[in-house]
Amino acid sequence: MDTIEVSNLNRQFLFRQKHVGQSKAKVAREAVLKFKPHIKITPYHANVKDPEFNVDFFKQFNVVLNGLDNLDARRHVNRLCLASGVPLVESGTTGFLGQVTVHVKGKTECYECQPKPAPKTYPVCTITSTPTKFVHCIVWAKDLLFAKLFGNKNQENDLNVRSTDASSSSEHTEDVFEHRVDEDVEQYGRRIFDHVFGYNIEVALRNEETWKNRNKPRPVYTRDALPPRPIEQNGNKDKASNTGDPSSVSAMASLGLKNPQDLWSLRENSEVFLEALGLFFLKREKEIGQLGFDKDDQLAVEFVTSAANIRATSFGIPLHSLFEAKGIAGNIVHAVATTNAIIAGLIVLEAMKVLQNDVKSYRMTYCLEHPSRKMLLMPVEPFEPNKSCYVCSETPLTLEINTHRSKLRDFVEKIVKAKLGMSLPLIMHGVALLYEVGDDLEEDEVANYAANLDKVLSELPSPVTGGTILTVEDLQQELKCSINIKHREEFDEEKEPDGMVLSGWTPALATEKNKTSDNGPSSSNASQTVPLEPEDDDEIEIILKDPEILSAGKKRKSTDISVAADSEISSVTGAMLIKSKVEADDSHSDVMVDGNLDTNKKKRVQ
Amino acid sequence: MGKEGEELTEQETAIYDRQIRVWGVDAQRRLSKSHIFVSGLKGTVIEFCKNIVLAGVGSLMLNDDRLVTEELLSANFLVPSDENVTRGKSLAELCCESLKDFNPMVSVSVEKGDLANFDVEFFQKLDAVVISCCSLLTKKSVNAKCRKSPRRVAFYSVECRDSCGEIFVDLQNYSYSKKKNEETIECHLQYPSFEDAIAVPWRSLPMRTSKLYFAMRVIERFEELEKRNPQDVSAGDLPNVLKLRKELCEARCMNESQIPDLLLQRLLAARVEFPPVCAIIGGVLGQEVIKAISGKGDPLKNFFLFDAMDGKGIIEDISNINN
Repeated sequence: MDTIEVSNLNRQFLFRQKHVGQSKAKVAREAVLKFKPHIKITPYHANVKDPEFNVDFFKQFNVVLNGLDNLDARRHVNRLCLASGVPLVESGTTGFLGQVTVHVKGKTECYECQPKPAPKTYPVCTITSTPTKFVHCIVWAKDLLFAKLFGNKNQENDLNVRSTDASSSSEHTEDVFEHRVDEDVEQYGRRIFDHVFGYNIEVALRNEETWKNRNKPRPVYTRDALPPRPIEQNGNKDKASNTGDPSSVSAMASLGLKNPQDLWSLRENSEVFLEALGLFFLKREKEIGQLGFDKDDQLAVEFVTSAANIRATSFGIPLHSLFEAKGIAGNIVHAVATTNAIIAGLIVLEAMKVLQNDVKSYRMTYCLEHPSRKMLLMPVEPFEPNKSCYVCSETPLTLEINTHRSKLRDFVEKIVKAKLGMSLPLIMHGVALLYEVGDDLEEDEVANYAANLDKVLSELPSPVTGGTILTVEDLQQELKCSINIKHREEFDEEKEPDGMVLSGWTPALATEKNKTSDNGPSSSNASQTVPLEPEDDDEIEIILKDPEILSAGKKRKSTDISVAADSEISSVTGAMLIKSKVEADDSHSDVMVDGNLDTNKKKRVQ
Repeated sequence: MGKEGEELTEQETAIYDRQIRVWGVDAQRRLSKSHIFVSGLKGTVIEFCKNIVLAGVGSLMLNDDRLVTEELLSANFLVPSDENVTRGKSLAELCCESLKDFNPMVSVSVEKGDLANFDVEFFQKLDAVVISCCSLLTKKSVNAKCRKSPRRVAFYSVECRDSCGEIFVDLQNYSYSKKKNEETIECHLQYPSFEDAIAVPWRSLPMRTSKLYFAMRVIERFEELEKRNPQDVSAGDLPNVLKLRKELCEARCMNESQIPDLLLQRLLAARVEFPPVCAIIGGVLGQEVIKAISGKGDPLKNFFLFDAMDGKGIIEDISNINN
């Protein structure tokens, strides 16, 4: 599903400038056919989570090579590989670091046998009241202020709730962000500025308890940050207004700021803030109310950078350039061609072992920046499956939850979808169906399930209370697990923001894990040097069917490969599925390329 | 950050965004002004060229006058497998065309002639020289010419045999700074030439030195004694190679078991290149050249050895020089 972007071109060598905007899967196929014309490649410009890529689809392949860029899709493919019994070669890169792992059901651990670090989240009050790092200011600017001004008005937003307190009525704060019908945009911008950077900080300062052991923030008003008279930017603005394409609108351009690496002064940040806000209202008014932050949206990045910098000024936090701010706001993963080349080579080596069923030779390989025991490329023997992994060994989970207060909807969203990574779940209590998703449901079933979502657990038709065992199943992933429900009255708002705690899925014992290749380092070493889950732009999956294809390239063979692109490594993004059979003196092969994969990264402020 | 030279263009900033986040604007600027020469365009060097062209070096000169054969293209993804296109053209010419297409901001050109005949004058204009598929004699002489240049020319040689690969690095006297816990430390490395490195007595090397290092030396020496073309060896040469191994080991007081028969056999038997190993070695080589040019990161000293059989990518310091 992924398409080619300019920033891919420094490493995804199958793509050129002229391909920007096109499907990765399709362009990758054409590029490969140019130097290997006789293989069969099938591109799928689709999301790997689409229902058509079900267990039967996966079963046609011999090996799957993942080159995904997000945890969600990786977990999904892991489950389909387990369910279809197809080996998976996983990989990822970040900067100079990279890794390749092999997952074969029953023989090595699955991708989910070890918990993956959750995306970094921050306590709400750090973001809304007591930021200490630049990233806190970015999260505030992006997830609160930007969302408040330009996003969906119905979405919950903590901006009012905590940054202004009881002294201003909630009605009043609601009004502040509203653009009044006859209000000049410049005026509106200044009003927002003074409210969020000035007034709100003053209100926060009144709560002396907060600042006892902290540095007090300084309110910033437009009158301090900018010259007394509204700056005359009209000439420039007119120029900017002549460019027709709304996506090319830029506050930097109209203010004459050129270098994204420069640090802006408070005044420059304030000008960019007002200019960007103004441009949204003047040039992109139609989008307001439905905008989400996108790192490739220049104006959004400018707005967020300036807002974060002004807030950083208030709190005495060092300012950052637009280039740096964009990296933080967009969770941009560093990526270079060389690491990708190395990892792509290692993926192929592992895939070949899988096809030859050379189980003893399987390795997890880490590509390091600094040598460890003289090694820059470090192979480690794969681990055995984790016996307590709920994904590959049916271990029940335990959920502590307030069954009198939490609704089925909370359980579905926060546990089944967010934690268990299921996309088409079915929830059962004994034989009673509580919830189900699917296209083939009857109307009354849909209504019934919708009604259930809004009921608290203990009031469901088949009540869920302490001691209940729920069965949760995803029919597409063919994953089923049991959850023991434990009732608990109270939860810590900051530490347990979900209001529920899932447990029972523990990492395997350290002793079990420390098997390493002869004189290789211990696994714990390896995982310290290399992030377990480099979320990168880049990856691939391949599925191969016949081992002989690899017998040293001497035989001609027919290969069947399918590539789902979302990946980096061989410059394709996605999954590559390979089928192959040996046929004397003929060489057709079949490759399918599927550009994938939903790149929405979920991040919350909690 | 010290400013040097002009700023990157908007196009450069957009295309190189993800790597500028790795090595910074200054490093990118230095890369874009660097001049690199490669000779011997087989799979590993092709991978290397792809990597540094994408990374945005200033210019790349290609040297390989051989006409294209099917064998030469076994691990070459640059050249279309279309005889109408390839007929009558040299490997360098064909690769040049597609490399230009990879990144229009890099100047890619062909440098005709025999590698052995390029002189010091030629090399001293360059920042890095990468050679492959040449005789031991040429390797030593090109390395020596690079060393004679008044300004440093980083020298690399790379060889892949079967599923094994070796990179040699000579940065002469190399100083760079790195950050460690907020502190900037100055580092100095001294490299021996290829000739001096391979002359380091084997018995002075640690017991656990990679067996591949010794095996590569035996085959290299064999090719030289037999006056073979580079890589023109086969499984049939094994008896004579084993004999040479015995002589070399006796002369250097090393146990023959340090160079297993099986390893030599593998290295001799390989007829075609092995693309995944080309990608790995070409990736490591690309990274090393980028390090040396940009002054960012610890460069490896002075051999890198990879064997797909055990999957280890090992750095060996083979020198008499203590840093």
